Amino acid sequence: MKRYFLKRFLSIIITLIGLSVIVFMVSRVAPGDPAKLAAGPDATEEMVQIIQKEFRLDDPLPVQYISYMRGLLRGDFGRSIRTRHQVQEDIRLFLPATFELVFFSIAFAIAFGILFGILSAVYKDTWIDHGARVFSVTGVAVPMFWLGIMLQLLLAAKFHLLPIGGRLDTMILPPTTITRFFLMDSLITGNWVVFKNALSHIFLPAFVLSFPALASITRINRAEMLEVLHKDFILNERAQGISERLIIAKYALKNALIPTLTMIGLRYGWMLGGTILVETVFDWPGIGNYAVGAAVYSDFQPVMAVTIILGLNFMIANLFVDLGYGVLDPRVRYE
Amino acid sequence: MGPILEIKNLRIEFKTFEGVSHVLDGVDLTLGRGDTLGLVGETGCGKSITAKAILRLLPVPPARVISGEILFEGEDLLKKSEEEMKGVRGRRIAMVFQDPMTFLNPVFTIEEQLADVILAHGEGDGSGPNSRREKITRRQAVERGIELLREVKIPQPELRIKSHPHEFSGGMRQRVLIAMALSRSPQILIADEPTTALDVTIQAQVLKLLGDLVQRHGHSVLLISHDLGVVAKVCKRIAVMYAGSIVENCSTVQLFKRPLHPYTRGLLNSILVFSKREGEAQGIKGMIPDLIHPPSGCRFHPRCSEVMEVCEEEKPLFSEIEGDHWVGCHLYKRG
Amino acid sequence: MNSINSIWARWRVERKSQIRGFKLIVYTMSRSPLSVIGFSFVLIFFVIALIGPILITYPQDVRGAVHMDQKFKPPSSLHPFGTDEVGRDIYSRVIMGTRISLQIGLLIIFVAMGIGVPVGIIAGYLGGWVNEVLMRITDIFLSVPGLLLALAIVGALGPGIKNAMLALSIVWWPGYVRLVQGKTLSLREESFVEAAKSIGASKFRIIFGHILPNCTSPIIIKASMDMGMAILFAANLGFIGVGAQPPIPEWGAMISTGRNYLMNHWWMATFPGLAILITVLGFNLLGDGLRDVLDPQSRI
Repeated sequence: MKRYFLKRFLSIIITLIGLSVIVFMVSRVAPGDPAKLAAGPDATEEMVQIIQKEFRLDDPLPVQYISYMRGLLRGDFGRSIRTRHQVQEDIRLFLPATFELVFFSIAFAIAFGILFGILSAVYKDTWIDHGARVFSVTGVAVPMFWLGIMLQLLLAAKFHLLPIGGRLDTMILPPTTITRFFLMDSLITGNWVVFKNALSHIFLPAFVLSFPALASITRINRAEMLEVLHKDFILNERAQGISERLIIAKYALKNALIPTLTMIGLRYGWMLGGTILVETVFDWPGIGNYAVGAAVYSDFQPVMAVTIILGLNFMIANLFVDLGYGVLDPRVRYE
Repeated sequence: MGPILEIKNLRIEFKTFEGVSHVLDGVDLTLGRGDTLGLVGETGCGKSITAKAILRLLPVPPARVISGEILFEGEDLLKKSEEEMKGVRGRRIAMVFQDPMTFLNPVFTIEEQLADVILAHGEGDGSGPNSRREKITRRQAVERGIELLREVKIPQPELRIKSHPHEFSGGMRQRVLIAMALSRSPQILIADEPTTALDVTIQAQVLKLLGDLVQRHGHSVLLISHDLGVVAKVCKRIAVMYAGSIVENCSTVQLFKRPLHPYTRGLLNSILVFSKREGEAQGIKGMIPDLIHPPSGCRFHPRCSEVMEVCEEEKPLFSEIEGDHWVGCHLYKRG
Repeated sequence: MNSINSIWARWRVERKSQIRGFKLIVYTMSRSPLSVIGFSFVLIFFVIALIGPILITYPQDVRGAVHMDQKFKPPSSLHPFGTDEVGRDIYSRVIMGTRISLQIGLLIIFVAMGIGVPVGIIAGYLGGWVNEVLMRITDIFLSVPGLLLALAIVGALGPGIKNAMLALSIVWWPGYVRLVQGKTLSLREESFVEAAKSIGASKFRIIFGHILPNCTSPIIIKASMDMGMAILFAANLGFIGVGAQPPIPEWGAMISTGRNYLMNHWWMATFPGLAILITVLGFNLLGDGLRDVLDPQSRI
């Protein structure tokens, strides 16, 4: 077991290094003089020279890469041209918002995806099933940002059911900083007003972000449940008198979850990418929004940093998925 | 007291995309109390379907019971509700399946599966239908499971019960299935090709085990197989099935000494010749019929060496020709 | 005339089994209503993209024209989708957007296949360290969410439709490598490959004559589903502002502009979005239908 962990860990490190090389190469491919860009539009020739020296932009690429990696290991991602802060500070500021959003979305997608998948399979060919199938096919095709805008228009602007954007109303102060997750912190400190407010704000972005994942998970869970329910061991369990409810919720489900887990991992990745859309639409102060702002501005350091951080997050998520297989399926444990 | 199980004129059809398949064409079968009855026939003759029909395990949209009764202790199982059937399955009539590889749930331990079977309906170990219903704890169910594994001669049952199906050999898995079926001391044990997927030497072991258990606990047994040799070892009576009906039913001794139906004779010819080590293997000419467009009259008539005109027109009555020797053939008149 | 007939007859005889296979595909797919819907949507999409200029009512609005007196008109018989902030007919722009989306999608998929498929076959067939290295590199690209990588690349190269297409091609090729490599690995062990080797077939011939033809089914299925996704991703980038730039009538960019006026002029963002939805849905359904026919075992 430990050996497996070690192997995977090593694998992640190597992949991460590879990713940093790619990202670094991409950044150096950018047209224009990086020093001039970093210095800003109204820099003098001297200032550009200074920046070139300071950031060693004269050195050959491999040397630049080494110093870049050194910086990464220290947690130094450089400086953002746009915000003028250290990127690592900006990220510390914005990261919790993104993770709170992503966490809610994926939890929502998993919980309801599995549930709808089961219901759809059990009530096959009824209206429940037809509805779920239509949803699961269209849900993946809907452009996330468009869905967000439309829902914003309908629910927030026209009917005032939910807020338009942001994490909290402007008048409300964020809760005491413990985890930096507004919902957690307000619950822990018993700050009911802030909790309700934060909840109403996270609802729509999380729903939109989870939409394609919810659709995919529903779809595959349904297909897997149907497949498993026809298997011989289910026939045996029925013949031995085990209740249908137990068969569905325990014996069939565990088998169906194995491929569903693969889809969950895949969709989590797409969800991480989707944050750049959803955060933009809902003015959510997360690193997705931050990266978009930087990219549009040709401010590359933040984009690099966000790519690496979310890449690492995705790799770790995949590790969890692989561990999940081991938990669910005893046959893989002995490899 | 009467027979414990009586199937009367069971007719079942199956809707397939090529048409309606008339799989059971009036099956008559009687299992006496404490008897061991073998049901023999080629693949596709309907033996498995008959077995599943008894426990109402056939999927009802494609399958349809057209007519007939299945009387268990005088009550028609076909008329019972699903709830009532749950009380029968595994509890009063239990089934042991073939090919244990696919009939055990791969992602759960034997302990888990056995315990859930024992706990189904929350009853105690009971000894026949007269024991009182008592709820037992999971702990107790597991204890009982270990006992059962010991009874089916699985070594170190306390340890092995925690294993998963893929950690067992084929023969051991078959024993687990037997243990499961016998766990609540059913009155009737139906074994559907219990040794077909096993090596010959293991076959012998499992059959002996079955024989011992049946003798010790006094179950009534319906053993289904395409292998006459297997059935002959365990059963006192044999019923021969062809294309959806029973063609001959008599004691094992009588079957081998004085087979009456041409099909039975054909079956015996194709195996007995080997023991004589002379002559050629005699097959039965022709192929098993297409059940969507079955032959008229007696379904065996196209392949019968002693066919008469009436065989094509009328289906023969299944009647008692000699002492407790039943045949369905125009060659014989009730005597 | 006779010679043409006999050539046609000969072709039909030679290709008998393939014609039959094709007929089977058509038959099976026509049984599934969703596949038929998907196929129809895709067909409509292609037709509109091809004959676009005939269908539009205000060709000058597609790129540059400005009619401030016509701005913000709601949907009407003259302007079925309304007009935008500078008075352009949205219907015409959405129609021409179809053509743009088609170009984007096709380019991305073909470049991705053009790189991914050969690399995949080479990796799968040669095995050993070549396989290790190539798959490692592929894994690196797949380790980061696609949209993020695309954002990074476009962020570096600068906004614009060409860079967006390049970025998305880079995001897409690894998927084909994985698919083809896996298939090649399993095909390599098949007996017909062994047989070919034993009669002295060159690696080249084995790859092109045996392995590649057997890969076509999964590739076609993937390409069909990817078309929709590629168009969606391009729209995502367009929306953020790093893809197609206004005044190009790319659907994502149109929605981005429309967003600013959403409250009072809902039509600007709604119709391009519907266009995306229908297009992507069509390709997805088509891909599903093809998969059910060509490769019923797989589910993901």
